[in-house]
Amino acid sequence: MLLLKSKTLIEKSKPPNYCIINYQRNQRNYHSIRAVMANALPSNLLDESLGGSSGGGRMILVEDCVETSGAFVVHHLLKRALNSHSSDAVVFLSFSHPLSHYDRVLRKMGCNLSVQRDNKRLLFLDMLALDHLDRNRGKTSEDILIALYGEIQKAVEISRSHEARHHITVVIDDVSLMEVDANGSSDLVLDFLRYCCSLTAQFGCSLIALNHGDVYSTVDQPNLLLQLEYLADIVIKIEPLATGLAKDVHGQLTVTNRNLRVDSGKSRSRIHNFQFRIKDNSVEYFYPGSKT
Amino acid sequence: MAEWICRTLRDGGLEGEHAPALTINHTITCSLGFFVFDHILSQLSSFIHSQKSQSSGIVLVAFSRSPLYYEQLLKSKGYNVSASTWFKVLDCYTDPLGWKSKLANSGRIANDSLGSSVTVKLCKNDLDELFSLILHRGKELSVDGKGRFMVAIDSVSEMLRHASVSSVASLLSELRSHGQVSSLFWLIHSDLHETRATAALEYISSMKATVAVQPMDGLSGNSASLSLMQNNLKRGKFSVHVKCRNGLVKTMVEELNVENSTINFTPFSTEGEVISQSLVPKVQFNLQLSEKERNDRAKVVLPFEHQGDGKNIQIYDGRKSLNESKGDSEQTCFEKEDSGRGEIIYFHDSDDEMPDSDEDPDDDLDI
Repeated sequence: MLLLKSKTLIEKSKPPNYCIINYQRNQRNYHSIRAVMANALPSNLLDESLGGSSGGGRMILVEDCVETSGAFVVHHLLKRALNSHSSDAVVFLSFSHPLSHYDRVLRKMGCNLSVQRDNKRLLFLDMLALDHLDRNRGKTSEDILIALYGEIQKAVEISRSHEARHHITVVIDDVSLMEVDANGSSDLVLDFLRYCCSLTAQFGCSLIALNHGDVYSTVDQPNLLLQLEYLADIVIKIEPLATGLAKDVHGQLTVTNRNLRVDSGKSRSRIHNFQFRIKDNSVEYFYPGSKT
Repeated sequence: MAEWICRTLRDGGLEGEHAPALTINHTITCSLGFFVFDHILSQLSSFIHSQKSQSSGIVLVAFSRSPLYYEQLLKSKGYNVSASTWFKVLDCYTDPLGWKSKLANSGRIANDSLGSSVTVKLCKNDLDELFSLILHRGKELSVDGKGRFMVAIDSVSEMLRHASVSSVASLLSELRSHGQVSSLFWLIHSDLHETRATAALEYISSMKATVAVQPMDGLSGNSASLSLMQNNLKRGKFSVHVKCRNGLVKTMVEELNVENSTINFTPFSTEGEVISQSLVPKVQFNLQLSEKERNDRAKVVLPFEHQGDGKNIQIYDGRKSLNESKGDSEQTCFEKEDSGRGEIIYFHDSDDEMPDSDEDPDDDLDI
């Protein structure tokens, strides 16, 4: 709007030099206001509990269950990473849905994944495709996961070499399906995730992984679940309400920040608990009892 | 007590004895063992840096965290270890299984090396090479290669993923019995392993430090469990078992508190008053007792037999006046009047009697 106003000023004012100076000053104002708006993004309780805009160099574990799916958290974090006001990139490893599914969901939230992919801001690795990573050529699960890790690190290196790219996020959806892909070897899956975690230290990336808590909670030693919780800096647990089903509240989120080192001196709460309601195009987050 | 552990590790073992070894044990509910490990590493670094230790340096075997993390940790304490001669790192974090070197050799990724640490590739169930590398790095810490050094292992749990319990136990025993190793300590996540694996490694160590959840008064409700979780992220109970030479196992307990990335150890208090006070629900009426109220409550004499100081206990029954002197004179008057009437003399023999269902259970009241 400011740009249009400055154009009208050019048309109306008489001395051409005065017009040019005024136009340039208005353009600077426009860009500075736009920069301020970029930093002041609308935030909700989930964003506030995660703290910081991109939060580089950390691992976020999203744990859900059958009653309350954590897919909406993954969609929200994906949209946050592909924020139009930043130039960050995402490497998305999908074992559960094709790109069209996420594209449909994110479009309703105001984010066009096809455009982001064309702009090289999104690298979508569709693990459902059989010919991906030469899976039908009889390679072992270990070789397949090594090759997959190689693709991820290569994508991160290429993204970093791009000057404008500040931060890369690797998203994995989801860990239990990755284990199916690895023929049930949870050790291999854990090795793969540890290698992805090493990227957070080496390149300052973020890693987001979705896991199903109820898949592993019934075994005698829920090892993979615990190992991932030890690895993670932030654990987001999505659970149903303790009191049962409700019409207006679909479940509760518990965000635990386990990394006490990232403390700027403020005594912030390490655990946040709030409820959510999933709507058609968005998700509403609120503290218990404050839903109007 | 934590300082005592650091001094014990600093001093090392006597001649002819195995090096003192510390196990730091924690679980996911109170995973402050990382802070304890960092604290001990920082303390030992300060002893070596200020030449208060006979050891020439520390060899850190990093499994759980990147060598860069430790460089930054020690840098924040004022020690620049990137070019130091007293701190060496064996990097088992970046490429423990050789995936990156395999990919780099095939040209699929760039070959990056992180700092001055040596990257180690582990062989499944064979830790001999790791043992040789530890000794080799230790020898680099002294000029003649014969100086003693300390060994710190970031996480034995990670080692147990790639090797059997017997291999890991064998490595730790060999390190303890090696003449050049003055002391060693390691961290283990006990909820990731079977009890026998954790017990086997604890038997090898001479000191066991456990970080556990601090016991608190029972509270119910969702907010209480959240408060507990919040508390466990910052506070814990730190208990140490030390095996003495004479066979005695000493136990010491402290409270540990993490605030602003620094850890503090304080003597353990059995009462959780401070914690319970902060967890009292915030309501509009006062649930706390002031000091005066507490003293007054302690002074209240209950109307039971053999209580008080032998004097007659006057209990206000709502009929006497509030003026005490008037009440006393009336009582004296009553006593004088009563002396002229008959008396009932009762000898207490309640101690000999068995409790009877016909008896009034309130007989012992002195009203």
